Amino acid sequence: MERRMTQSLTLSRLSKSYDGTPALRDVALEVAPGERVALLGHNGAGKSTMMKIILGLIPFDSGTVEVLGARPGSARAREGVAYLPENVAFHPSLTGLEQIRHYLRLRGLPVGGAMDLLGRVGLAEAAGRRIGTYSKGMRQRIGLAQALIGRPRLLILDEPTSGLDPVSRRDFYALLDGLAAEGAAILLSSHALTEVEARTDRLVILSRGRVVTQGTLPELRRAADLPVMLHVTPREGAGDRLAQALPQGRMNGTALHLDVAQRDKLPVLAQITTLGDAVADLEITPSSLEDIYSHYSRRDGQ
Amino acid sequence: MTRILATAATEFRIALRNRWVAIAVAMMVLFSLVLSAAGSAPTGALGADRLSVSVASLTSLGVYLVPLVALLMSFDAIAGKVERGTLPLLLTYPVNRAEVLLGKLVAHLGVLSLAIVAGYGSAAVAAFAVDPEAARGLPALWRLVWSSVLLGAAFLCLGYALSARARRPSGAAGLAIGLWLGMIVLYDLGLLAGVVADDGGWFTTDLFPWLLVANPADAFRLFNLAASEATAAAAGIGGMAGAIPPLYALASILLWPALAMGLAVLAFRKVTP
Ligand SMILES: Nc1ncnc2c1ncn2[C@@H]1O[C@H](COP(=O)(O)OP(=O)(O)O)[C@@H](O)[C@H]1O
Ligand SMILES: [Mg+2]
Repeated sequence: MERRMTQSLTLSRLSKSYDGTPALRDVALEVAPGERVALLGHNGAGKSTMMKIILGLIPFDSGTVEVLGARPGSARAREGVAYLPENVAFHPSLTGLEQIRHYLRLRGLPVGGAMDLLGRVGLAEAAGRRIGTYSKGMRQRIGLAQALIGRPRLLILDEPTSGLDPVSRRDFYALLDGLAAEGAAILLSSHALTEVEARTDRLVILSRGRVVTQGTLPELRRAADLPVMLHVTPREGAGDRLAQALPQGRMNGTALHLDVAQRDKLPVLAQITTLGDAVADLEITPSSLEDIYSHYSRRDGQ
Repeated sequence: MTRILATAATEFRIALRNRWVAIAVAMMVLFSLVLSAAGSAPTGALGADRLSVSVASLTSLGVYLVPLVALLMSFDAIAGKVERGTLPLLLTYPVNRAEVLLGKLVAHLGVLSLAIVAGYGSAAVAAFAVDPEAARGLPALWRLVWSSVLLGAAFLCLGYALSARARRPSGAAGLAIGLWLGMIVLYDLGLLAGVVADDGGWFTTDLFPWLLVANPADAFRLFNLAASEATAAAAGIGGMAGAIPPLYALASILLWPALAMGLAVLAFRKVTP
């Protein structure tokens, strides 16, 4: 009980089905203050469903959900939780500034902070224009601006970077770093696997409504035991010697490629160093998040 | 309270931008003026002042037009939010569904009141222009204004209720038209048919007055015509109103907005975003 209270979000044995079709099965998840957790999963894995349950927007069948120590959707939970829905929408007749002022008033805060919020998401110039004239990326940023209102203690962001260009994405993650540093807990979902790997503390992989694995990226790599890729570039004229010494590799133009299992990694590296001046360069590519993700999703499917 | 007012301010702004304010005012003014021009003939014969006569014909206008404008403004209230996808985010804010509806009601009722005052006001100006005695009709006009606002409130809330029920704007529009036809046109026709078939029996004497009072539009007409000096100018169902104390009609006009708001809140609570 003591430990539970320190978590910003606790899900345990959470199940939910839509008309008999299961969308979430026995999901367990905890997010601590200051932690950034990425929820990854294919389309229809149950990410949005999980988020809507956390927000109290839809009911669930069984299990427990505790949001900031309160019931999801309760007044106390809503005070401290911010949400960015998937494909966020606003009334097209309002300007960005009017929309943000409205949300500030709903949270009982002075409307004077609206321009500052719009500035933080890079929308200061478009603040006076109607949202109907905004691009998808700009609407997404209005969504972000409203999620920053009033120092939320838990942020639930459903595919927050969809529609954002690479520069805006970087700015977005910088914003998240600031929020997390101030102690906010963040749960975000994404398809863009590569971008979350460097910017979140923990990954949760959801497949067909089940959490198939969770942990830091190195933990997931180790557990998945996926091969590492080595690219060995030979010196001038030493190509054949290299290929003979490492018969498991395949020569491809200028370099030798090897897929090495985790446990063979160090022995193979040792072997390569004994080749001395035959090697001009060596590059190691760990398994990508995409590889890990498809490994776990596939395993679950079988 | 701040949340209701915040919602009301934003909704009023949206109504202005969507030209609802302009449309509602234009409709009420246009029909009021047409009606007061058309109703100018019988003045002398009745011995009533011009404004009281106008109020009698505005009452008949209001029965049709106020519910229509109210339903047109409100049918999109929830269904539109569902369709645009703005509802889930709103419902994660610390605002409850009743507050959302009350905020909308304040804004829409503001627009409707503006239209009612502009419409009836222009008819009153026309009455004063031709009859110096028109001031005698001012109490009746005032009664017509506030009872029209209450009638509008009832139909705005009924509009929210069916908007929440339908969840899609097209479905809500259909329900709104059906509700208007049913409550304003067919209800009276049905009662009339009942009275004719009954030929002065139990239905006509005991049930009919209550059925009349139960419908907010009929209660509105009864209340205004019973209180008006120009009752004689009224025809049809209003003529049978004698049996019902105006107080009952007033109670009906007052209760309906609250009842309809209750229905709207219940229907809105059932909407899963
Ligand atoms: N309102 C709904 N009614 C019925 N089924 C739904 C509804 N919302 C989602 N689902 C189903 O639940 C599953 C999970 O969907 P969702 O949570 O939206 O996945 P994700 O966000 O990971 O793409 C999918 O199979 C989807 O079809
Ligand atoms: Mg989704």
